[in-house]
Amino acid sequence: MAVETPLKGNIGDSIRRKEDDRFIRGRGNYVDDIALPGMLHMAIHRSPFAHARIKSIKTEAAQAVPGVVAVVTGALLAQHKLAWMPTLSGDTQAVLATDKVRFQGQEVACVVATDPYVARDAAALVEVDYEVLPAVVTPQQALEPDAPLIRDEKDGQTNNHIYHWEAGDKAKTDEAFAKADRVVSLDTFYPRCHPSPLETCGIVADVNSATGHATLYMTSQAPHAHRTLFAIVAGLPEQNIRIISPDIGGGFGNKVPIYPGYVVATAASLLIGKPVKWVEDRSENLISTGFARDFHMSGEMALSNDGRILGLRVKLLSDNGAFYADAQPTKFRAGLFHIVTGSYDVAAAHVEADGAYTNKAPGGVAYRCSFRVTEASYLIERLVESAALEMKMDPADIRLKNFIKPEQFPYMSATGFEYDSGDYPRAMQVALDKLGYQSLRQEQAEKRKKGELMGIGVASFTEVVGAGPGKHYDIAGLRMFDSAELRVHPTGKAILKLGVKSQGQGHETTFAQIVTEELGIPAADVEVQEGDTDNTPYGLGTYASRSTPVGGAATAMVSRKLRDKAKRIAAHLLEASDADIEFDQGKFFVRGSPAKSKTIQDVAFAAYTNLPDGMEAGLEGVTYYDPPNMTFPFGTYLVVVDIDRGTGQVKVRRMVAVDDCGVRINPMIVEGQIHGGLTEGFGIAFMQLITFDEEGNCLGSNFTDYLLPTSWETPRFEMGETVTPSPHHPIGAKGVGESATVGSPAAFVNAVIDAVAHLGITNIDMPVTSDKVWAALHEKGAAE
Amino acid sequence: MLPAPFEYHAPNTMDEALGLLDELGEDAKVLAGGQSLIPLLKLRFASPAHLVDINKIKDLDFLEERDGMLRVGPLFRHKSAERSSLLASRYQVMADAAPQIADPIIRNRGTIAGSVAHADPSGDWGTVLLALDADLVLRSRSATRTVKAREFFSGPFSTALQPTEILSEIRIPAARPQTGGAYLKLERKVGDFATVAVAVHLQMEDGKVGSAGIGLTAVGPQNIKAGQAEAALRGASLDDTTIKEAAALAAEAAEPTADQRGSVEYKRNVVRVFTERGLKRAYERARGGG
Amino acid sequence: MSVSQPITVTVNGDRKTAEVEPRLLLVHFLRETLRLTGTHIGCDTTHCGACTVLVEGVPVKSCTMLAVQADGQQVTTVEALAAGGTLHPIQAAFKQEHGLQCGFCTPGMMLTSIALLQEKPDPTDEDIRWALSGNICRCTGYMNIVKAVRSAAAQMKAAAAVPAATAAARS
Repeated sequence: MAVETPLKGNIGDSIRRKEDDRFIRGRGNYVDDIALPGMLHMAIHRSPFAHARIKSIKTEAAQAVPGVVAVVTGALLAQHKLAWMPTLSGDTQAVLATDKVRFQGQEVACVVATDPYVARDAAALVEVDYEVLPAVVTPQQALEPDAPLIRDEKDGQTNNHIYHWEAGDKAKTDEAFAKADRVVSLDTFYPRCHPSPLETCGIVADVNSATGHATLYMTSQAPHAHRTLFAIVAGLPEQNIRIISPDIGGGFGNKVPIYPGYVVATAASLLIGKPVKWVEDRSENLISTGFARDFHMSGEMALSNDGRILGLRVKLLSDNGAFYADAQPTKFRAGLFHIVTGSYDVAAAHVEADGAYTNKAPGGVAYRCSFRVTEASYLIERLVESAALEMKMDPADIRLKNFIKPEQFPYMSATGFEYDSGDYPRAMQVALDKLGYQSLRQEQAEKRKKGELMGIGVASFTEVVGAGPGKHYDIAGLRMFDSAELRVHPTGKAILKLGVKSQGQGHETTFAQIVTEELGIPAADVEVQEGDTDNTPYGLGTYASRSTPVGGAATAMVSRKLRDKAKRIAAHLLEASDADIEFDQGKFFVRGSPAKSKTIQDVAFAAYTNLPDGMEAGLEGVTYYDPPNMTFPFGTYLVVVDIDRGTGQVKVRRMVAVDDCGVRINPMIVEGQIHGGLTEGFGIAFMQLITFDEEGNCLGSNFTDYLLPTSWETPRFEMGETVTPSPHHPIGAKGVGESATVGSPAAFVNAVIDAVAHLGITNIDMPVTSDKVWAALHEKGAAE
Repeated sequence: MLPAPFEYHAPNTMDEALGLLDELGEDAKVLAGGQSLIPLLKLRFASPAHLVDINKIKDLDFLEERDGMLRVGPLFRHKSAERSSLLASRYQVMADAAPQIADPIIRNRGTIAGSVAHADPSGDWGTVLLALDADLVLRSRSATRTVKAREFFSGPFSTALQPTEILSEIRIPAARPQTGGAYLKLERKVGDFATVAVAVHLQMEDGKVGSAGIGLTAVGPQNIKAGQAEAALRGASLDDTTIKEAAALAAEAAEPTADQRGSVEYKRNVVRVFTERGLKRAYERARGGG
Repeated sequence: MSVSQPITVTVNGDRKTAEVEPRLLLVHFLRETLRLTGTHIGCDTTHCGACTVLVEGVPVKSCTMLAVQADGQQVTTVEALAAGGTLHPIQAAFKQEHGLQCGFCTPGMMLTSIALLQEKPDPTDEDIRWALSGNICRCTGYMNIVKAVRSAAAQMKAAAAVPAATAAARS
């Protein structure tokens, strides 16, 4: 039997994941797995109404249930100035409602009890007397002059308008439109959906009344930032707060914000003096925590007769729910939506965005997305599809004609982004070849003659990920750098501590591999630690595909820092001068004599035992990396669908995904990220919907109504890749966690439209459900 | 979500179970597979004071053809229906329906009888029984009675079953030669309730339709038997015109409401399309194909 | 609160006796009473399958079964799979084929897969996707889970063939 040499874990090695050993044994440690002595359980009483004035709250019946320790209301929190908390977008949010409830499912009271079943029993007994008010469920309604005022508690807030924001050059764009031969427009709605990681949000708050130390085990994608915000919100000294984000069962943006449940559980633990656990159920997760999208978009594209895009004009109306709590950099009121020119060389563009309060859950998280780039990518890719139809051009051809050319990089976009690198035509070509595009077009033509509906969808996305630089991008004022601390022990084994936090992305493996590449220590010998604020350097966390671009860069830089010191130690051991030492694959040697070398392990030992005079002992370091720019992953996705004219059902026959995320550290993990992202994109395109009735009742409040794709519906993906390194990233990587969710929805929808466009159907908003497809066919007299 | 408190009883015999139901009346619910009832308890949509679990009673998990009847026991589970060669060869409407119930894990525990007794208008088995013209045996401590499937359902989650009774057997006329069936279900994903489903059971005689059964799922306050469509098929030769006519009648029998799954018009159309397709499939199977 | 009842459940081969409220869900009995936290909870409505365990060898969503219903029965959870420290082939395959990311659905996925392979030792991709369609994964897109189950099937077949071959050689 052939024995495989185990891979060391260099960049490009698909080594198996280090973290898997505990998960496959059922030995992961998620928040709900934590049980502390004396721990109490919290349940939340939530509003059944979307908009109502609270006349009274009675807690006596709940309090009387045996096992109930405390019932917490907003009035009690107000005594500690905790009834309201700041949001990540500079607004305020009720922790527990005192004056009004503003969305269905809003937190009104919390019951703390000795048993979770008892806490639930008692929470149902909290009696709230409401005066029901008219609900506002769309931003269009919200901005009508006579709309009910949702945020009547805010000084100076006289309507439901939140922000107005613009990017690009209006005059130049108007000029481009004036010169255009053709103008194509598209009004589309990217509906509200929810990240729904399989693990819901939760906390075990353990405030030690003797020492004042608070240990918070939290489902947090950003433990350090959360610690700072907790210090500010709760007025606790930051050094006394320790946030531990243990194993996280998926995040996708849902675990970026701070939720009222975290705050109340912490306050309850502080007041009662015992640990308090709160883990939301699925329905609570869906109705009250960070939703995504809910963008109403109008795009206009100016074109020349030969199909060149001359200008782009976009109007956006965002539905932000009852509190403006979007997780996004402070300066950018609609996230990075202004990346809306996408993969195309568009000379003039202008974006106008407005946001409105509605009686819906707050959050506005970037669901597997870098701050609203998903909505932007969707709009431009759908608009280009419309342009292809209008110009009677092939959707691949019109893209090839308008792509930013490889030689144009670095490319400054009309809305102010400097794209780092790209080769869009190449990715497109790889995808077309893999699919067999031309023969499928022929098949489509033949099918069409027989009245059968088949479509081929194309989307060529460009993402912008990896925020900072810190001078432009911050969260609640905290600059978006990230950190890595590396300690190489005397035996040559290492611990790497990071400011980011994996939720399943495989950081324990990927980041160890960066150390392997830079220092030559096998990945198996590099322990990666994250998520404990007492034990890791400060960082902004994992979201917006920023871990590899920022945390990964920090890891490379700290490794290089140690390598420089290691060189000096090696020079001492080899009795050579520092300048003559070279390093390759974990070995230090004098230039020209590679035979005589010292390994990184030799050097590590010497760092503690045999140092040159005057040198500090140890081989440790920390780096805080502020990226000079964002990174811009891209790719082309192709989808083939068949449509049943009798039912409107869409069957995805094939999907080809070609991604370019720069250098791939662990190709196996990268592919896994893309598979997952494509599946979420598929779900969003066809089934995942959070919607509301006229009274503001949430119609997607559990998995019966909020549909997630299973193994049966999910398409079988065919993968391809190109590699265009980022020129400014230390190892050329760009980040990949979100590309597929950003890029794929438009490919799916374009495929459906491609199948029915000849019938005069030009748009079907997501989710593209069978009844909507049938209705569109029926309207054109084309349904069975 | 967690259930409210209740008392739990796990009788070892049917007599014991019926005695408990007699004593507890409306305060009790029978627990069979529990795949609908336990979620309702967790959501606190139902909070019975007592549960009577019949899973410990022996000999309730059966499927057999005897005395001209196919008999289904109260604990016969969806998964067994899915794997039954008897159903696959002679009762295709059941064999088609079984793997489309909920999801594979739910099918491991959920029972046909439990699903029928639950009487969700979006449930599948009631429709299948309507198409098969089944009888339901309802047993209480003092009496046993038989009710036709078409008289059993009386509205959403509402049936002829009294709180003191257990649905102790489902009886389906044994399939004769030249019988074919089909169950077509439109669902948004695995595990979803039907948007629309149509059950078809055809028995051919001398090239003509001897009898036809058509049931409709999720298009009314209860599972619907499309009687006029069935009548139009009886004695007819199954050509395109007849099929279209029957399908149109089935669509008329549907009383759908608009919801997130689609409009009234859409659902009615799917009934029509599925009835056409179902009749064709059942016909082919009756002739020994597919 | 209702009256507690005594139950005895054989969990991973160990007889466990406890007094439980009838309303206690099997998943909470496993997680809270026995502290076997490898079985997870992902929804309330019997959709996600994160809580899947084997009851008498059959996959069951343990959030949709009462602990009292398990009285006298055999329950297998993920904690039993690496008996004596050796990984079950399905565990090894999930790691080898990158069939997991966050790990939250993994115990349920593996237990459902084991039951599938017992019933169908040589499943097609379609069989696997069909069998796993009651278990939701939010991370992997199922591609590598399917691969892992296929690969475990091959491993298990090979392992089953080895003793047979050895026996044949001896005779």
